[in-house]
Amino acid sequence: MQYALLIYSEPTAEPLSDEATAAYMKAYQQFTEEVIAAGVMQGGEALEEVSTATTVRVRDDDVITSDGPFAETKEVLGGFYLLDCADLDEVLGWAAKIPTAKHGSVEVRPVWSVPEEYSTES
Amino acid sequence: MSTPLEREIAAVFREESGRATAALTRIFGDLDLAEEAVQEAFIVALRRWPVDGMPRVPGAWITTTARRKAIDRLRREQTFARKAHLLALDSVSAPDEEGDIDIPDDRLALLFTCCHPALPAEGQIALTLRAVGGLTTREIARAFVVPEATMAQRLTRAKAKIRRAGVPFRVPPPELLESRLQQVLRVLYLIFNEGYTGSVGTELLRDDLSREAIRLAEVLVALLPDEPEARGLLALMLLHDSRRGARVTTTGDLVPLDDQDRSLWDHDEIERGRAEIDRAITGDRVGQYQLQAAIALVHASAIMAADTDWVHIAWLYGRLSEVQPTPVVELNRAVALAMAEGPERGLLVIDRLCDDGRLDRYHLLHSARADLLRRAGRRVESAEEYRIAIGLTENERERAFLLRRLVEVTTSGS
Repeated sequence: MQYALLIYSEPTAEPLSDEATAAYMKAYQQFTEEVIAAGVMQGGEALEEVSTATTVRVRDDDVITSDGPFAETKEVLGGFYLLDCADLDEVLGWAAKIPTAKHGSVEVRPVWSVPEEYSTES
Repeated sequence: MSTPLEREIAAVFREESGRATAALTRIFGDLDLAEEAVQEAFIVALRRWPVDGMPRVPGAWITTTARRKAIDRLRREQTFARKAHLLALDSVSAPDEEGDIDIPDDRLALLFTCCHPALPAEGQIALTLRAVGGLTTREIARAFVVPEATMAQRLTRAKAKIRRAGVPFRVPPPELLESRLQQVLRVLYLIFNEGYTGSVGTELLRDDLSREAIRLAEVLVALLPDEPEARGLLALMLLHDSRRGARVTTTGDLVPLDDQDRSLWDHDEIERGRAEIDRAITGDRVGQYQLQAAIALVHASAIMAADTDWVHIAWLYGRLSEVQPTPVVELNRAVALAMAEGPERGLLVIDRLCDDGRLDRYHLLHSARADLLRRAGRRVESAEEYRIAIGLTENERERAFLLRRLVEVTTSGS
């Protein structure tokens, strides 16, 4: 099954020290190498900070564009992985290894498989 | 259920359907389908068993019939083609209806799936009772005093999450087993407590839940005979349940342990509990359920309340405090110490708990401290503490009891 691992954390008030940033980046590098080596990596990206986000909604054919994320939550989406795992237990094991899980949270969501009748492929 | 035969069929299904549901879930990889099929088999049984007689091996009959129903359903839903390989594989090993072929017992995997921590807590409880315990949705709804539609929705949501999020159907691998087993034990204990101390619903229905929890714990012990905490939980349930006849008055008031008529305790249940503890505690893997059961057993072993071995109980609470370092356990240890060595000794521990602050709003901390102060003869402090406890108590009967005590410590002259 394919799962998206959505990585949330509270934006830090002050920038991390150079050493802390380097260690954090290194931890992510290690994790990424691990999921690639395990053959479960399907994709993933880190995202620009939340102040760059724009939310789009369409209501009654009107496109409503607004600054920032949709929900007023403290934790914001910072990036994601797309992993292919045998079952929920396997992907939960990976989620717990994501460096941000230590102070933020990782939401695990199965990727919706489009039913055949909606599929555009023949 | 109307006729005795129908009731008997329902009882057989309650006993056997967990195995059938587990076996079908294994075969088809779909808990929802398995459960529906077993339910359909029940309807067939209600029609045929009164005519044909009870099958020689009801469990095999149920599994075989349910499997046939599941295949019918897959055909109807035209998913047959996709799962055809499963059916082909299955027909090779299909026993005939009256066969003695051993159905592999997959209930343990089913139990772990139903109690997976990714499911909502209410869903874990409902699904365990439904899929493993073989209770109907209506029975579960009545026991939890919610509309049947609400319970049905809870079950549907839990099953949908299992299917869509890929919750595995298996006994967890060693690195997950310990934490997942704790989750299963917690669910079974919640079911038991819902029946034992639940504040809503009629007594009769609540009792059923405790009985079901004991039955499920027995299944768990049979499937995991070397797991001491499973035995510990079963023992704890049996020992608490043994007091059922003595813990409530005819008017529905709770009777404190000290005041219970011990001749009303179920001594067979006590002995069963004792046997489970004896088998569990031979190992060195002592856990919270074994220790709580051991404490309950010390109480059960005292012929009169005054005979209670409080030194032993205080020691057991000390051990429990090591594996489960919570302020509530510490409070119980303080009370036991007071009984064993006098109120001042208990107050030492309780005063530390008061400084800790986590139980500030917990009325039992204040009522326990008030009681120890009263027994130590420190009446002014005791009255002050009783007033705090009264302010925090929401239970009317408890408040009345505390008020009586307050009047005692403030008025008695000497």
